[in-house]
Amino acid sequence: MISEVQSKSIAGNGAANASKVLEVRNLQVNYHTARGPVRAVNGVSFFLKAGERLGLVGESGSGKTTIALSLMRLIQEPAVIEGGEVLLDGTDLLRLSEEEMRRARFADIALIPQGAMNSLNPMMKIGEQLRDTIRAHTSESSKAMLDTRIEAVLESVDLRADVMESYPHELSGGMKQRVCIAMGILLSPKVIVADEPTSALDVVVQRQVMETLGRVQKKLGAAVILVGHDMGLMAQFVDRIGVMYGGKLVEVSPVRDIFKDPLHPYTQMLIGSLPTLNSKEIFKGIPGLTPSLLTPPPGCMFHPRCPHAMDHCSVQIPPLEEIKPDRWVACHLYNGSLS
Amino acid sequence: MRGVDVRYFLKRLGMFVFVVFVATSVNFFIPRMAPGNPIGAITSRMAQASAGIENGEAMFEAYRERFGLNKPLYVQYFTYLRNTLRLDLGYSLSAYPAGVWEIIRPSIAWTLGLVTISVIITFVLGVIAGALLAWKHTPALVKMFIPVTMIFAALPYYLLALLLLFALAYTSKIFPMSGAYDSRMTPGFTLVFWRDVAYHAVLPALSIILSSLGFWALNMRGLMVNTIGEDYMLLAEAKGLKKARILWWYAVRNAIPSQLTQLAITLGHVVSGAILVEIIFAYPGLGYMLYMAITNSDYTVIQGITFILSVSVGLAVLIVDLLYPRLDPRVNYVTENSG
Amino acid sequence: MRTATIPKVTRQRTGFSPWNAVRSSFNFLRGNWLFTLGLSLLLALFLFGAIGSMMVDPDRSEMGAVPLNLPPSWDNPLGTEGFGRDLYTLMVLGIPNTFKIGLLAGGVGVLIGVVIGLMAGYYRGFADVAFSSLADVMLVIPALAILITVSAYVRSMTVELMALIVGLLAWPLPARVVRAQTLSLRERLFVQVARLSGQSDLEILFVQILPNLLSYLAAAFVGSVSSGILAAVGLEVLGLGPQLVPTVGRTLYQAFSRSAMGRGMWWWWGPPVVILAIIFAGLFLMSISLDKYANPRLKGAERG
Repeated sequence: MISEVQSKSIAGNGAANASKVLEVRNLQVNYHTARGPVRAVNGVSFFLKAGERLGLVGESGSGKTTIALSLMRLIQEPAVIEGGEVLLDGTDLLRLSEEEMRRARFADIALIPQGAMNSLNPMMKIGEQLRDTIRAHTSESSKAMLDTRIEAVLESVDLRADVMESYPHELSGGMKQRVCIAMGILLSPKVIVADEPTSALDVVVQRQVMETLGRVQKKLGAAVILVGHDMGLMAQFVDRIGVMYGGKLVEVSPVRDIFKDPLHPYTQMLIGSLPTLNSKEIFKGIPGLTPSLLTPPPGCMFHPRCPHAMDHCSVQIPPLEEIKPDRWVACHLYNGSLS
Repeated sequence: MRGVDVRYFLKRLGMFVFVVFVATSVNFFIPRMAPGNPIGAITSRMAQASAGIENGEAMFEAYRERFGLNKPLYVQYFTYLRNTLRLDLGYSLSAYPAGVWEIIRPSIAWTLGLVTISVIITFVLGVIAGALLAWKHTPALVKMFIPVTMIFAALPYYLLALLLLFALAYTSKIFPMSGAYDSRMTPGFTLVFWRDVAYHAVLPALSIILSSLGFWALNMRGLMVNTIGEDYMLLAEAKGLKKARILWWYAVRNAIPSQLTQLAITLGHVVSGAILVEIIFAYPGLGYMLYMAITNSDYTVIQGITFILSVSVGLAVLIVDLLYPRLDPRVNYVTENSG
Repeated sequence: MRTATIPKVTRQRTGFSPWNAVRSSFNFLRGNWLFTLGLSLLLALFLFGAIGSMMVDPDRSEMGAVPLNLPPSWDNPLGTEGFGRDLYTLMVLGIPNTFKIGLLAGGVGVLIGVVIGLMAGYYRGFADVAFSSLADVMLVIPALAILITVSAYVRSMTVELMALIVGLLAWPLPARVVRAQTLSLRERLFVQVARLSGQSDLEILFVQILPNLLSYLAAAFVGSVSSGILAAVGLEVLGLGPQLVPTVGRTLYQAFSRSAMGRGMWWWWGPPVVILAIIFAGLFLMSISLDKYANPRLKGAERG
């Protein structure tokens, strides 16, 4: 199921008329613990347009990494995907057989993992690991052909071809991350899921890696979901941002709007807590504790910490709705459920 | 820079030299520390035996010269070291004037063959069994079958040897009760001979294999459980590799080096057990020679065999240590934390 | 300038009382069936030997006390062997000896191993290098070979002496693990604090570090007893064990050298094998359930 690069012509900057390459509907992922199911991803829906960059932010435990892994069905016990649909170009990935899913991985949807330090097999040369990827999806067996392809990809991520003969421990952090990027784009997938790809790197290398990622993604015309919690990074890289809280998406908006005019109270407090170069005020945090996903608060997940909480908020869960063009919020303040 | 790091090589070699040194010293000092002057007893025994042979006197005198028996202790020590390293291990007391080395040399091959084959089989089977036990996709039937072999793991080699001897040799006469080959055969490099050798080796080897297998399988399983939790396993699955490839090339491949170091540590124990197994099956290896020497109070032969056994195991450990960097490419860069 | 006195840091022994120890032991037994089963097997066998020893006539274990080579009968429940000894008496008297050897050898091995491991891991330096190299060498050289070399020169081997010799060769393994654990523990915060507050090194070793190793030590002890009995019986089977007292291994040795199996005298070599099998099975069950303590994973310990 190797796809050709189709959406190149539609342009890689998330034009409004681009088709939806990925659509997630009501994804539900639970961790089964001795004390009951923990709702890590609690009915999350969003979409991704071809060539677009979507950022997924949230605190630890908000469910963003779980979503990223669930898209590729890499979730392991005790976590289980309980329900929902993940439509990649119309095909529901969750309904595929094991073998079909295996074939779709990296060929249609790829992962750039967190911590490239440990994500590469320490006992295998880089080249072999890259060849592995292609071999698992084609019947191409000529080493020469594989290597030509690999070298081209390595070049596009600014790595020399001789890196193929190295072992992972011989490379620097940034190089390893770039190898992972190369691996991800090797089969020209339509969607790339990057799970905090730069959190283990220093700022300078971070920038280089993100630059590389952005460049190859544009050239490929692939869509990217960038999971992370570095708002600064998001601001520089993505087109839209989805804000996760307590296993739910509370706001999805274009990146500029999120920063200039955050709608959801959580997003507002999040943006408000970001230090700027000018301000000399005391840092503002978000008071309260992260919600228990085992016994979630009734109604809106955020209401115990929300400065605008109303009685209605502890009763009904606000749905994620598009209250303005391309601005989605899950909050009773906007959805007109009060009058 | 890959290949064997010179420092590592020297360190391992140093350990081997130290082993030889300690083994020799033990042989030198223990008789001299034991009550009752066994050295005196040995020399007088030799003197007596010399009296009954042609040129016996001269030979005995030459021996005393060679081993510096009339010199001070520290001179004797260094002479002894030098002689031992030249494999001049003195004369056998019960088979005088046969030299110790002459007597034990033929047995070395038998023990070497038995132990090497048994260890290799156990290692390979242990790796496979452990891998299958730890892998979640192994069918439950297979997983239940393997622990059955662990029942034998409780018993020491010699107990198992006795049971096998009784069950498969004495009562059911399936396998021979003793010897390395049928005494009516002439040894040579013929197929018939080697088949007979294999036939005679089955029970001794089985005693060692069945008894050790449980430990190795469990150990491998433990290592696999750790390996499977590593990040590179996630990426391997994300890449869409086939399950078998992930298991053998990403999981097992990474667990084997630790298993190998464990092997090096337990080789001494394996050889100890093999000694007793040989005795029970009258297998003409070093173990059996040792038993005969004990029965005859042939101290020089006992010392000689102890030395050869220690050096052999030391050599085997050295070989494993030198092979290790070939298996684990990281090793040159990691300093060891023991010894 | 006066320095303030900082009160000494001592390990909190909250709730440590004999009653608590008994209760937590009981809970442990209840939670680990394999362990309890193994322990019960050993206990039952030991009691059989201990109580039996009080009830049998020790003269029947002397040579020539009864007719030779008789199969089991009412008079001789396990028959008699080639030297005119009653096998039942031999076994009953021999069992406690085996336990004695195991416990002594195991104890000596672990004791020495712990002391060396603590010292080497805590003080490091030359002593550490020396002992670690020695330990590594001792793990390479086949223990039985050394034991044989030593035992061959001993005129009259006693149970205690053999246990001591075996135990002296058993320390490298516990020493290695204890050393590794000590190395990591000494960097932990509570040890640093103790040092700063003026606790003496010895106190730190025994009051701070050692209690953290207790679970490993229990597992190591079982393992040490097991290998002690293994080695001791091995020596006995070679004829190098105590010759003047009945031991299980000596019986096997004599059975074998008199070709008992070939002569069909299953009652001579059978009972020792069965008894040994029970002992090792029991020890095996115990060590399997203690496995998680026997392999302290340093990385896990840090995160835990």
